[in-house]
Amino acid sequence: MPAVSETREAVEKLAKSNYEWGFETNVEMDLAPKGLNEDIVRLISARKKEPQWMLEWRLKAFRAWQEMSEPNWAKIKHPPIDYQDAHYFAQPKKKAGPKSLDEVDPELLKTYEKLGIPLHEQEMLAGVEGAGQKTPVAVDAVFDSVSVATTFRKTLAEAGVIFCPISEAIIEHPELVKKYLGTVVPVADNFFSALNSAVFTDGSFVYVPKGVRCPMELSTYFRINARNTGQFERTLIIAEDQATVSYLEGCTAPQRDENQLHAAVVELVAMEDAFIKYSTVQNWYPGDENGKGGIYNFVTKRGLCKGDRARISWTQVETGSAITWKYPSCILAGKGSVGEFYSVAVTNGHQQADTGTKMIHLAPDTRSTIVAKTISAGKSDSTYRGLVRMQPKARNGRNFTQCDSLLIGDQCGAHTVPYIESRNMSARIEHEATTSKISEDQLFYCRSRGFSEEEAVGLIVNGFCREVLKELPMEFAVEAQKLLQISLEGSVG
Amino acid sequence: MSDFLKIEGLKAQIDADGTPKEILKGLDLTIPKGEVHAIMGPNGSGKSTLSYVLAGREDYEVTGGSAHFKGQDLLELEPEERAALGVFLAFQSPVELPGVNNANFLRTAVNAVRKARGEEELDAVSFLKLAREETSRLSMSGEMLKRAVNVGFSGGEKKRNEVLQMRLLKPSLAILDETDSGLDIDALRIVADGVNSLRGPDFSSLVITHHQRLLDYIVPDRVHVMAHGRIIHSGGPEVASLLEKQGYKQFLEAAA
Repeated sequence: MPAVSETREAVEKLAKSNYEWGFETNVEMDLAPKGLNEDIVRLISARKKEPQWMLEWRLKAFRAWQEMSEPNWAKIKHPPIDYQDAHYFAQPKKKAGPKSLDEVDPELLKTYEKLGIPLHEQEMLAGVEGAGQKTPVAVDAVFDSVSVATTFRKTLAEAGVIFCPISEAIIEHPELVKKYLGTVVPVADNFFSALNSAVFTDGSFVYVPKGVRCPMELSTYFRINARNTGQFERTLIIAEDQATVSYLEGCTAPQRDENQLHAAVVELVAMEDAFIKYSTVQNWYPGDENGKGGIYNFVTKRGLCKGDRARISWTQVETGSAITWKYPSCILAGKGSVGEFYSVAVTNGHQQADTGTKMIHLAPDTRSTIVAKTISAGKSDSTYRGLVRMQPKARNGRNFTQCDSLLIGDQCGAHTVPYIESRNMSARIEHEATTSKISEDQLFYCRSRGFSEEEAVGLIVNGFCREVLKELPMEFAVEAQKLLQISLEGSVG
Repeated sequence: MSDFLKIEGLKAQIDADGTPKEILKGLDLTIPKGEVHAIMGPNGSGKSTLSYVLAGREDYEVTGGSAHFKGQDLLELEPEERAALGVFLAFQSPVELPGVNNANFLRTAVNAVRKARGEEELDAVSFLKLAREETSRLSMSGEMLKRAVNVGFSGGEKKRNEVLQMRLLKPSLAILDETDSGLDIDALRIVADGVNSLRGPDFSSLVITHHQRLLDYIVPDRVHVMAHGRIIHSGGPEVASLLEKQGYKQFLEAAA
């Protein structure tokens, strides 16, 4: 695949080069200076060899962003973010990473061990400087995944499915990108989506043609350059009439990143009778035991059921990040279209999560299901925030919402904030909510059967989340179960 | 025969709205290896507390005395360590675990205990075979393995599920806390058979009950009468029928 080898060459070239300040002319540099202005946006676009229309799109977004201010309605607290004190363009070589695993938070390493991750992969996940470039084993690993990706690409190409980095799609498939990018999440939708639109560096692009059932689960894991696009990721998935696709994002291993601020945008478009299933396991570094150094994750995810009977299903398991701000939503514009949201959000330590969904019913006979499970432990705080809106034309629209919160210990918080707006008489909206604690009775019962306290907590939590976990693809579900238990270690007793 | 379970002068209290309330007040009890003993006593005499203290429930604070099992200080061990040592408590009110698959729960428990005892763990296939045999022995529907632990189970189903767990975990000391309550006569027979077939030189049991009825099916080697946190009388199986006829009064008066 020429595009892949090209990327690899570019990466290697940039990895060898040293950072220099003269950013406007120096094509060898790997890090733009701090700050965000039009020149930086132009630089990103130029470095990506983007067409003019893309640059203009980015500039429009940037100008909109400048007029906007950070949303403050979420139940999260953090020191003010200085958007001028960050780099908006960095090539793979990392400047700020730890020199070796010795410098990495030992708690993080313990978790890797429990998940059974090989050493060289640990280095890459922990962001050790030069990992994957200087270690021969790690390089092999990278090359392996290239070949895996290549094989899969062939199978996909035979089915007519396009699955590539979005930067490549902008150049190779401009007509598709132009047609759909920003149609579900407009550039100025919110502060973070505007920021992402201006400065995104990469992400995934998926196009499934009419009548095609994508022959395999698509996963970011197989995308060669996925590792370095975490900060402002941009994903666009289009399923034409009767097309079906399942997309997996993320990884159960905790990932470190020197960029504290993450603001991804994901757009899904489902045409008539199409089905898009989008599964996420998010486990970004939550910070050390005092909550320092964790990732701020501000994500905009939205799906448009454009055609009749289209269906979009979001499943997420959120265990990482210091702050999670995320509301995967569905716009049900096609008659009889279906939106689903299954979520597990776990917070421990000092983590804060404000997450939920929006189901916007525009057309008749649309249906939506929301199952949100919130688990709070330690000193963490978790909020479910969801909107269900039935527009006047959404005759016979139906929604079922179930929000369950589980508290572990007595220093955490869980909040449920449902917004329900119904503008027609024929719509039916059901909302159920529960809050519970893991009872001493349950713990003792399990322990008297031979489970350790932590195993007992893991068992009870996995039971609590079962309705959501069963929505995940098989291998992912097994990993997610393990992850839930690990995330809550030390939260009792 | 060596003393298998030896309890001496056991005192335990529970926190009742901020003030400690003593429930066990110097209890002595010895169960030799291979014997089945019954404890009977009026409500509030401390029978359930004794079972919880032996299984390791943390809400109860042991303030005096000792309890040894197989020569080990039981009170020093965590509940899961006691399970590995062979202690099993069949709960009076089995706890519901929403979303936790019963078969999965049983297999994980069996393997946790087998591992701690240095035995080989069971793979999914051989476990399922074993579990099916045991459920049919207890006249339980195989469906119950697929359901969440105790969720939506009837009273009788919960009790059978306890006996199922006991049979799978193969304890050397089974404490049955009013396992007969809520069972009809057929279920009672099945449950009793489940216990009786475990009887042997390496299996001891402490059967806590209100009624003689259960003891018609599980015939104990000894019967103890418990009141006010102590054993006030011990005797052979005839004590149970005496109690059934005459009530606790004479024993209480004799102890006073």
